[in-house]
This record gives sequence, structure tokens and C-alpha cells, in this order.
Amino acid sequence: MPISRAAAAAVLAATLVLTATACGGGSPSGGGGDGTPGTLTYWASNQGTSLENDRQVLEPELKRFEQQTGIKVKLEVIPWSDLLNRILAAATSGQGPDVLNIGNTWSASLQATGALRPFDQAAFERIGGKERFLPAALGSAGAAGKDPAAVPLYSMAYGLYYNRKLFAEAGIERPPATWDELVADGRKLTAGGRYGLALEGGNVSENVHHAFTLAKQHGTDFFAAGKPAFDSPGAVAAVKQYVDLLGTEKIVAPGNAEYANNQSVTDFATGKAAMLMWQAAGANLASHGMKPEDYGVAPVPAPAGATGDRATTSMVAGINLAVFRNTRNTDGALSFVKFMTGTEEQIRLNKAYGTIPPAKDAQADPAFATPELASLTAVLSGSALPLPQVADESQFETLVGTAVKNLLAAAAAGKPATDDSVKAELTKAQQQMPAN
Amino acid sequence: MIRTRLARLRPPRTALPYLLLLPALLLELAVHLLPMVVGAVMSLKRLTQFFIRDWSAAPWAGLANYRTAVDFHAPVGRALLHSFWVTCAFTVLAVGLSWLIGTAAAVLTQDSFRGRGLLRALFLLPYALPVYAAVITWSFMFQRDTGLINHVLHDQLHLVDDKPFWLIGDNSFTALVTVSVWRSWPFAFLTLTAGLQNIPRELYEAAALDGAGTWQQIRRITLPSLRPVNLVLVLVLFLWTFNDFNTPYVLFGRSAPEAADLVSVHIYQSSFVTWNFGAGSAMSVLLLLFLLLVTSGYLLLTSRRKDAA
Repeated sequence: MPISRAAAAAVLAATLVLTATACGGGSPSGGGGDGTPGTLTYWASNQGTSLENDRQVLEPELKRFEQQTGIKVKLEVIPWSDLLNRILAAATSGQGPDVLNIGNTWSASLQATGALRPFDQAAFERIGGKERFLPAALGSAGAAGKDPAAVPLYSMAYGLYYNRKLFAEAGIERPPATWDELVADGRKLTAGGRYGLALEGGNVSENVHHAFTLAKQHGTDFFAAGKPAFDSPGAVAAVKQYVDLLGTEKIVAPGNAEYANNQSVTDFATGKAAMLMWQAAGANLASHGMKPEDYGVAPVPAPAGATGDRATTSMVAGINLAVFRNTRNTDGALSFVKFMTGTEEQIRLNKAYGTIPPAKDAQADPAFATPELASLTAVLSGSALPLPQVADESQFETLVGTAVKNLLAAAAAGKPATDDSVKAELTKAQQQMPAN
Repeated sequence: MIRTRLARLRPPRTALPYLLLLPALLLELAVHLLPMVVGAVMSLKRLTQFFIRDWSAAPWAGLANYRTAVDFHAPVGRALLHSFWVTCAFTVLAVGLSWLIGTAAAVLTQDSFRGRGLLRALFLLPYALPVYAAVITWSFMFQRDTGLINHVLHDQLHLVDDKPFWLIGDNSFTALVTVSVWRSWPFAFLTLTAGLQNIPRELYEAAALDGAGTWQQIRRITLPSLRPVNLVLVLVLFLWTFNDFNTPYVLFGRSAPEAADLVSVHIYQSSFVTWNFGAGSAMSVLLLLFLLLVTSGYLLLTSRRKDAA
């Protein structure tokens, strides 16, 4: 009997201890990575054709970094759909990686959470100076007037991809430069189950990127003085123009309204659509068997005779590299940023992913002189603007992108957008913005 | 030595049961109650991304989040109310159909026949599959242009003139109910099959002797005998379906079509997509209160009927 009672007491004590530790787990100060100076944890966003592909691209580079510095990097590749939530969870708990990739449009939003280490003058000097980077790419690294929250790693811009063979068959000599031309060409190309243009209507981010470019062309923005202005007349006209490509002009297949997994790229690559507005689609098109000589890349159309912001043809797309504020290895993290943004790595990595190096000195490499990348580089440095760098950017992206998705869905079901229906959707989106 | 020391430490006999319960109580506190309290506190704060690193520093909002959530004239409240009604309709349909199909299947496979084991195993397949894999497969099948559903409806059976959309627009509700029923009826089937085992065969034999047909047997014997099982089953199905997050999220992504905007996804969107954690918490608390109310009402009602019977 006493033995069993002793056993009971032991079990009780053990349980209590376990419970107590489970409750109080972790120190309040927290910390990034695993705290060992000799290692770093790196969250890479999924850039390649698969997570495995990303590992194959990155692992050898991380080995090279280890050989140079003796710092071992633990790599985790995170799918896009999970990345923002993972970063948010890391910010809340203070437990996260040392270095991480972020979508460049989130820069200001994540900057506002205070989870990222600002890149001040000293930090920039450590990685070779601010002037090494493309100004447009730096413009999407944080709110204006503040130290950037990240540094650009891979850059991209939207271009209008067009199928040379289909254009020749329809007797069209050059890609459309204005929207009127695009619609006219689109009508000529839409026949026999084939459509002029493919859109990714179910993809919230794609929608908002195109809405942004068109809003700029209408001389307006989705934010006025840092406050949401989603339903301004210019924004309404911009969104309506985009939705009308499917609803009124009918140069986009109705089925595009539900595309959210790059089906529009497949449609373009397989000749089901003659044009596509996409960022660095080359690698993806090649995987569908389309050769670089089969297609051309021109800037996305702009209004005839547009200048200044009205001549915007793309948002500044890309991936930034950030250092988690709670890292216990700032020095190592900065060394890693320097390594990844160095000329040599910029060439290797952007070549592997088919993107444009935001580090200017790397752009001279012949790998980036293909007609596709040359065209996109010209857009990036000449007619691309960053999405609004405001703290509410990530909410804006979802709410306006969803509004456009709903409008496209309605248009696909035979209810083309009207000024009123567009305004109503955008007003609703704006009123769902949390009041700060 | 040890014995005497332990003897001194030994708690009084009456306290022992409580002491033994203590670990479970503490765990319950840590796993369920604490997060609930934290959630309730969050709902009283103006918690956005600016305070995500240290949420306790967020300014107090009083009941402002609740007012926003239930202000049915403003978009946030209106959207919440809309998604509440969608969820109610979805729950009634999905639970009702799952229960009907589950009951029918359980009754039909009650008597042994050749291949019964195989059939039962097949029935349970949806229940055994990982949710994500199953629902993503459904989303492929529901694609307008390349999906199997439209291929069958339009190309093979010629039931519809124009291929309908299933993942956007109004039909998304039908798609959601279909997938949900497909997922949950096997659970009803499993539970009811177990329940049927407990009904004495003699009852049926006696009823048959008295001239009762199959339908009468089901109505007079099977259903009343299954009542206790059904009470729990319907409650569990109700709670699971009302709170279902996986099905709509995998089917439609982070922004569901309006016709299929379930409360769970709606709250997720408020909290994690528009980063308004305060309002999201307030909505969660309201949802919890509603579910508590319905559940206790249901339990009260069903236990009373049992007393009366």
C-alpha cells in the first residue's frame, strides 16, 4: 500500500511539474533562431517550380556561405499562401527565423509591426551601400521617410506577353501599346474557343496589382494622404476597365474568373489565349513547352500619350530580404544579407529563378539580356511604381483584390460591371478596413 | 526512512481525490480556459498589426469591437450577419443531409449480406481521407472548364446548357454543402451502425410476427431506439459543421465567395487577413456565446422530453 501511494505521489508530482513547465514555457524576452552564433535560420519564400526545386537552388549557395563565414544556415522554404501568417506568428511570439523573405508589397505593413530590423545607414554600409540597388526596388522596401525594413532580393515587373504566331495569323504587326489597341486586337484574336487575353481572376493579389496600375493611369491612387480612398472616381473607373475586359469587351474567357493557380499562364502557353499580363513568366512558359521565340514581351498598355504617373505600366514586383528584430545573431544575419545581395549571388539566384537582379551591378550579366528580361528591366526602371507603402497595405491587397474577384465573378455569370456595382464593392472593401 | 517522510507529507484522505483531479484541472485551465480568457480580453482591445509584437500594449477599446460587429447597418456588421445566415442555412442543410444519408446507409447495411464488409469500408473512406487532400480534389472537380462535375453534367448528360461556375458566385453554396455532406455522413453512418448493434433482434422478430412492415419497424423500433445516439450525433455534427473551417478554406481560399462565406472563415479573414484581431476576437466571443446558447437550449429541451417520456 505505501508503495502504491508513493507511486501515486510521484505521478502527481511529475504531472504537476510537466503542467507547470508547459504553462510557463519560453522566456518572455524570446529570441530568433536557435541562439547559436554559428548558425542562422532562413525562411525562403517559394520562388521555384516547387519547394524541392527551391531547396536545390538554395542549398549549394548556403554551403558556399558556410565555407566563407563558417556560419551554417538552416533553410526552410515556405509556400506563398502560408508566408504572411508564419511571419505574423513569428512576430507575435518573438520566435522566428534570423533572416526571412517577404513579398515586397508587405514591406510597410510588416515594418509597422516592428518585427523587422530597420536597415539604417550603417546596415546598408555593411552590405555595400544603398546606391547598389535599383531605386524602384528600394522604393518597395518600406514607408517613405523611414529606414527600409528590408533589402530587395529578386525583382520583377509586369509585361504583356503575346503569342507571335497567333498575332501573325490575325494580321497584327506589333503588340498593342494602348488599351484601345489591346481591346481591338483582342477582338480579332478571340475566335473559335480561343480568347484574346488571359486573366487570373480568382487570384486576389494579381487583381490588385492590375487595379493599381490602371488606377495610376487614371491619375489616382487607392490611398490619399495615407488614408484609404478605394472608391474614388478614378479607382472605380480603373477597376471597371479591368473587369470590362471580361464582362463587356468579352476578350477574356469567362472561366478566367475562377483561375487562381496560374491557369492563365497555361492557357497562354497552350495557345488558348493570345495575350497575358504577367511578371517574369519565362520559366513557367518553358515548363509548358513554349520556346522564347514563340512569344514577345511588351509593356502593359497605357493610355495614348500618357506621361508621368499616368504612364505607369506595372507595379514594382519582387521579393525582399529582411532581418528579424529578435535575432540573436545580428552580425551573422547581416553577413548573410550581404552575401545574398552580393553581385555574384545576385547573378546566380536571379538566373535560377528567371527574375531581375535588383542589385544594378549584377544586371550586366548576359543572362539578363534575353528579350523578355530586357523588356521587363526597362519597365522596372522606367514605368513601374511600388504599391502604396502604407501600414495597411496587406489589408488593402486582400480587400480590393477580393472586390475585383467578386466583380469578375459577377461579370462571368453574365452581370457586367456598372459604375454603381464597382463603387458599391469598393466602398464595402474600404469600410472593412480596421480603424487604427 | 522514505516511508515515514512520505507519511508526513501524506495529504488527508478527503483531499486526495481533489489532488488527483488537480493536474487535469490545471491542464484544462491551460489548454481551454486561458486562451478563452485571453481571447475575451483581446476583444476589448484595439488590436491591429501595430501591436502584434506585444498585444497587451494595445489600447483598450471598451465594447467598440462588439458594437462594430453587431452594427448591421455598417458593412462589417452587415457582412457578419450575412455570413451568420449563410452558416445557419449551410448547417441545417449539411447536418440534415448527412444524418439522412447516414441513417439510410446504416439501416440498409444492418442485415448481413455478401459484400457488406467491403461496402461499409467504402462508406468510411471519406472519413479516413486527410481533409486537405479530399477537399482539394473536390476543388479540382468543381473547376468550370476542366472539372469532372461540369464534364458529366454538361458534356455527358447534357443536363445544363452552359457550364455553371461552382467555385465562384451563387453555386458555391451548393458546392460547399456537397463537400461537407460527403465528408460528414460517414461519421453519422459509423455512429448509427454502432447504435443499431444495441437494438435487440427480438424486437424486430416480434414486430414482424405482429405484421409490422419494414417502414413501420424503422419508425417504431429503429428510430426510437437510436434516440440517445441521435441526440449526441446531431449535436456533434451541428457543432462541427457550424464551425467548419477546413472545407471552405481549402475549397475557396482565403476570400470565400459571398454565397459561401461561413462565419469561421469570415472571422479568420477579419483577424488574420485584414489584421483586425480585436474585431475578430469580438466576433469569436459572440459566436461562442451563440453556440453555448444553442447547445444548452438543445440539451435542456432534449433532456426534458426524455423526462416526459
